[in-house]
Amino acid sequence: MVRDIAEQLKARFSEMDVEVPLEDIEKKLDELINKFRVPVEEAKRSVVSQYSKDRKSADLLKVKDIQSDGQWISLKTKVVQLWPSESESIAQSGLIGDETGTIRFVSWVKSDLPPVEEGKCYMLKNVVTDEWQGRYNVKLTRSTEIVPIEDDIEVSSVVEEFLGAIVDIQSGSGLIKRCEFCKRALAKGSCGEHGKVEGMYDLRIKGVIDDGKMVQDILLNREIVESLIGITLDEAKKMAAEALDQSLVLDAFRERLIGRYFSIKGPRVGRYILVEDVKSSPKISDQDVTELIKEAEAL
Amino acid sequence: MLSREVAKRVFAREFGESDMAFKEQDDQYAPQYLLTPTGAKCNRIFFVGTLIEKGDIGNDVEYWRARVVDPTGSFMIYAGQYQPEAAQALSGIEPPQFVAVIGKPNTYEMSGETLTSVRPERIHIVDADTYDLWILETARQTLQRLKQLNEGSEDATKAKEHYSTNIEHYKEMVLEALKTISKSGEKVSFIDLSDI
Ligand SMILES: [Zn+2]
Repeated sequence: MVRDIAEQLKARFSEMDVEVPLEDIEKKLDELINKFRVPVEEAKRSVVSQYSKDRKSADLLKVKDIQSDGQWISLKTKVVQLWPSESESIAQSGLIGDETGTIRFVSWVKSDLPPVEEGKCYMLKNVVTDEWQGRYNVKLTRSTEIVPIEDDIEVSSVVEEFLGAIVDIQSGSGLIKRCEFCKRALAKGSCGEHGKVEGMYDLRIKGVIDDGKMVQDILLNREIVESLIGITLDEAKKMAAEALDQSLVLDAFRERLIGRYFSIKGPRVGRYILVEDVKSSPKISDQDVTELIKEAEAL
Repeated sequence: MLSREVAKRVFAREFGESDMAFKEQDDQYAPQYLLTPTGAKCNRIFFVGTLIEKGDIGNDVEYWRARVVDPTGSFMIYAGQYQPEAAQALSGIEPPQFVAVIGKPNTYEMSGETLTSVRPERIHIVDADTYDLWILETARQTLQRLKQLNEGSEDATKAKEHYSTNIEHYKEMVLEALKTISKSGEKVSFIDLSDI
């Protein structure tokens, strides 16, 4: 019986342009009717009003206007970057953005959504906002609808700068392999989602920069790594093949970068700055030295 | 997730004159700190200097000891099986060489005296420009700590109580360090002891 009512309601929601998974409706109805002994008509009304509310609050917002958590919204965005998954329960995570800024997104394995692709634009209907460490992100859930769109969106982002010494480059950097289906970094040749896959080579650096007062995690993608180190992906592959050792590339990166000063620039996302620009720190200027000497003498 | 500790910048002389090691929680895994006389609370330090000597002092397993000098003194570093990457790096570096070291402060008692050393996490060869940058940065941050010594922060207060910090002594240290990277040393009005 509950199933029939759920199907009725789902059809009604569809007409209202709200896609709610059948099992969600069924579960709610079942709880109300069978557990809390709510009359059928009351249960239907309750479910309808709940999802209509969701629909009403799912306003189309711009990224910069996201200023509260737990808000159901829709976003017209471009997928700026997909990140390797750090947890088995995460299907995809990365950075999306529009003309007003960028924001981190997460979609869960259990939400069972189609994957999004880097560089493509989508209308994301019904995502929920969340706050973590003072920064907002959006979660794609079961009730989220992902609609690919044709127009290209110009993404703007808030750029931060950091000047300091690179004090660590973490394992998982260097020459790595990603899953050809979801781009996640492979662990021992295996993708958390797709199992044993052939994989595609990529270069990346997960590092730490430190100015003596603050530490900052940084992510460098292939393009930046190639220009910073002056070694291409193909050359890195050749290096590793000749040495029969993939970790050689990571060692070389560490040799070149750790203990040296850089100024980096890029959008901050969660704990990372996604480095878009990196320069070796300029040499000390005699003026800086002279000024500091005066300052010390005045002490 | 536990956030990573900042790598503090301190000169070798100040580091060597530190002996106040402590933990903030009574837990064997709680982070260990070394408070220096100017009030730098160090769980990790970053320094650049010249590796001038090294040796394997281990018996059965490799245990490397090395000395790295900066304009004010020297850091002793020890790397064994628990610092595999640093130990391996050390075995391959022939002194003299400019190196950058990221590591944890360590203290030990010897005939009633507290000696400081560093357990390196990373050690890499760098260039002279990096050494200059580190000296300038460390001078700036040391000077800033000296200025803030009387502003009553917890670290400053503890440092002053424990060391009765002589500001003049550390000011001279900073000036000595800066002198080594100053190209217009003659124009600067402080006394160069080596000229006397
Ligand atoms: Zn995959």
